[in-house]
Amino acid sequence: MPSFQDIIFKLKQYWAERGCIIQEPYDVEVGAGTMCPETFLRVLGPQPYRVAYVQPSRRPADGRYGDNPNRLYKHSQLQVILKPSPADVIEQYLGSLEAIGIDLRVHDIKFEEDNWEAPTLGAWGIGWQVMLDGLEITQFTYFQQCGGIDLDVVPAELTYGLERLTAFLQVKDSVYDIDWTPPLAGQHCASGAETGHEQQPAGSTGAGEGGFTYRQVRYLDELQYSVYNFEMADIPTLWKLFDLHEGEASRLLKLYDPKAPDKQRFPLLPAYDQVLKCSNLFNTLDARAAISVTERVGVIQRVRKLAVGVAQAWADQQLAQPVEPPAEEVVSR
Amino acid sequence: MNLPFLLEIGTEEIPDWMIPGALENLRLLFEKLEIPHETVTLDATPRRLVMRAEGLPVRQADREERVQGPAKSAPPQAVAGFARKQGTKPEDLAVETTAKGEYYVFIKKVEGRRTKDILAEGLPGVVLQLYFPKTMYWTGKGGPRFIRPIRWLVALLGDEIVPFEIAGVRSGALTSGHRRLGAGEIVVTTADYEQRLRDHYVILSAEERRNKIVNELAGVRFKPDAALLDTLVYLTEYPAPITGSFDAQFLELPEEVLITVMRHHQKYFSVEDAEGRLAPQFVAVMNIPSDPHGFVRRGNERVLRARFNDARFFWETDQKKKLADRVADLAHVTFQAKLGSYLEKTERMKALARQLGGGRHAVRAAELSKCDLTTELVKEFTELQGVVGGLYARVQGEPEAVWQAIYDHYKPESMEDSIPRNRTGQIMALADKLDTLRGCFAVGLIPSGSRDPFALRRAAQGVVKIIVEGKLAEVDLADYLGAGEAALAEFLQDRIRYYFKDIRGFAYDEVNAAMAAGWSRLVDLETRLSRVQMLRPTPDFEPLAASFKRIRNILEQAKFDEAGEVDESLLEAGPEQALYDEYRHIAGQPIESVISRLRPKVDLFFDKVLVNAPDARVRRNRLTLLNTLRAEFSKVADFSEIVTHS
Repeated sequence: MPSFQDIIFKLKQYWAERGCIIQEPYDVEVGAGTMCPETFLRVLGPQPYRVAYVQPSRRPADGRYGDNPNRLYKHSQLQVILKPSPADVIEQYLGSLEAIGIDLRVHDIKFEEDNWEAPTLGAWGIGWQVMLDGLEITQFTYFQQCGGIDLDVVPAELTYGLERLTAFLQVKDSVYDIDWTPPLAGQHCASGAETGHEQQPAGSTGAGEGGFTYRQVRYLDELQYSVYNFEMADIPTLWKLFDLHEGEASRLLKLYDPKAPDKQRFPLLPAYDQVLKCSNLFNTLDARAAISVTERVGVIQRVRKLAVGVAQAWADQQLAQPVEPPAEEVVSR
Repeated sequence: MNLPFLLEIGTEEIPDWMIPGALENLRLLFEKLEIPHETVTLDATPRRLVMRAEGLPVRQADREERVQGPAKSAPPQAVAGFARKQGTKPEDLAVETTAKGEYYVFIKKVEGRRTKDILAEGLPGVVLQLYFPKTMYWTGKGGPRFIRPIRWLVALLGDEIVPFEIAGVRSGALTSGHRRLGAGEIVVTTADYEQRLRDHYVILSAEERRNKIVNELAGVRFKPDAALLDTLVYLTEYPAPITGSFDAQFLELPEEVLITVMRHHQKYFSVEDAEGRLAPQFVAVMNIPSDPHGFVRRGNERVLRARFNDARFFWETDQKKKLADRVADLAHVTFQAKLGSYLEKTERMKALARQLGGGRHAVRAAELSKCDLTTELVKEFTELQGVVGGLYARVQGEPEAVWQAIYDHYKPESMEDSIPRNRTGQIMALADKLDTLRGCFAVGLIPSGSRDPFALRRAAQGVVKIIVEGKLAEVDLADYLGAGEAALAEFLQDRIRYYFKDIRGFAYDEVNAAMAAGWSRLVDLETRLSRVQMLRPTPDFEPLAASFKRIRNILEQAKFDEAGEVDESLLEAGPEQALYDEYRHIAGQPIESVISRLRPKVDLFFDKVLVNAPDARVRRNRLTLLNTLRAEFSKVADFSEIVTHS
């Protein structure tokens, strides 16, 4: 039975073997792995890119004080970007599930239509939610547009919900009961990774001798951030911060000059960090029920304007760089 | 020799609901190639759209083309020149006699094209023109668009591959089996295609997949659900149902919630016990033939348990704050940017409910109707809005009339759906829909073509159905049009026409006739329509209708629309006087009882009397008489709208 971190190791290993850069999580708070520059900006332009990373994703409104077995303020996504998407991308994806011990000849996998859209990012794509024995484990998206720009090269984005996947493999009803690490002293049985991941009786908790559970690692985050986001976050302060970060982002965007010969130096990445700050503050204010009806649409527009502004400037800035040779044919058969 | 043809478009998983439409479209586009053939069979799984046809010719029939040359009398050089141009000799030209004289003609034999060539040329267009509601590109900007990436193409005519290429994929004879139980590359022929797929765990026929699911459920009391079954048939290549169970404790939750979780979120059939009550079981359909270790069943059971636990958690959390205490929170829920929050909508609905004749229950129901939008349960299961509010209202001790009204107030959701069960609910649902309609029309959010993001057609249809079937006789729609009056009136009239014509089966001209005499009081309209329908087969009806059409034409031509009184002193003895006397006698009586008396008098009048009399005063008086008749006998319907056969 693989632990939470085993699953992460194996998935990273699997995608590394398929040519992905293994990145660490982005160090600014985001609501989803898609928002990291490694996805949001890298999908723009003609350059190929392949990357995989685990991204802690913060959704203030989803916090439940650590009480709800399936819902988290901060969950972990494994984000994979394959740009351009290879012709056998679904086969590769299914291979990744087998790599973590899921035998797809005896499990039911279905691809159900689910198109992804993020209005605040001016982004959307076509795809599926991948269902494993009735559980949604992955969002699979072919990006079509990002920052309001039609993409030159269509990337495939795979977003795995790691807590769910682990709970599935460990047969746990609550994410808090999943084993983050294998037991320290106990024999971490290798056969568990094959098909026998149902051996542990349901309801069993605890990571065995010396191991750590998800609860031990994450419970306090869930509790304290729920208290903060729902009860204690100071609304005027958050608004002030929002305005400051917005101001800084838009100040920078106004200074960007597409005709400047040295435009590559221009700090668009730092400008984008400011946008991410705004987005997270918006989510926190929303969780705090501090955004009125009339304000809401307007605030979303403000964030979108910044995100789209950065994306467009970034796409322009890429043109200044020597473009790597285009990717091999998308379909070869 | 006649050849079989096979086309398989191999793709990544196509959304189930788009597949039947795409197949029909495929047939139409193929027919446009005008290749003679016998039968056509269409099949699909999520990963393939397939067309098979029998009896295609190897080549099209040869034809003759006639090229007319110079006249017989033309100089030989001209004839030789013509022959040379056609690649033949003068002695091989024919001579034909036309109306203008004799001419040389070259009869050119055009060899029929090979079917294979026509297909190779036409199929890429057929595939790429297939209509899907939402398409994507995948090979890069400007590349071909399809519903999902095309990964392989099988195109066989007899034993030969029809060669073409789409999006870098070349057609061939290789198909692909079930994603995990079949091989990735399988050589097929037109003869063994279906069997080869079966060997690799793909059942090609949707009908067969459907039967397999149903047959394997023999003995299980699952709730039949044709739409869900369709979804599952097109979501699988090798389906098999499994029955799982859940803890009977969850049956304490409202059945509506349990069924929604199973049906909409998990695509499960629910199961009933012998008494027709919900049983703690479900049926899931897998895309593999069996579940020997029980992994799939246990996995699905666990997911359902988590979902039910969530629902129970929400159900219990929501109870901590009563609906009545949530009204103020509606200020934070947007109804529509230009129309404000749900709190504002609630206030408008309360006023409308009063105006529609609702009592305190209707006003109370309106006040609480949208509060469930702030509950966790509705945030999670949006399709249960209204229902959840009703359930909470019941638990929180609201009177039956109120909780049922909240429960039902989104009804009818379709033309087949029933209207709210009690009067309070009917009035409140009406208030809700009228508010949405008149608000949207007032700010210019008017549906156009297929674009109707606020589902205003459904709202208007609901208004019509509730008023008619709820027999809300006092409601006059003309009182509820608001600032977008003209456009909304027209929009409602379209829906009313549709309802009586297509749903209720009245003839279109009867509907037009009755609506021309007033459209906005629907119960009255329905009564008048029934009267017209009863009158129609009677012998005097059509002739009288024809006469009314004549009256209308005469009045229109004379541009006459003055009310005025008939001047009896100007009436001519005979048919004119007789018609007027008859009118005086029968005015005010129901049309049914006077039609047989009126008709001969009208006929005789038109037979003998010249309306367009030389004396202007007489003419005017006759027009006044006709106008008076028309006004008097058009209260049920404007009979001039009836299409007559005479």
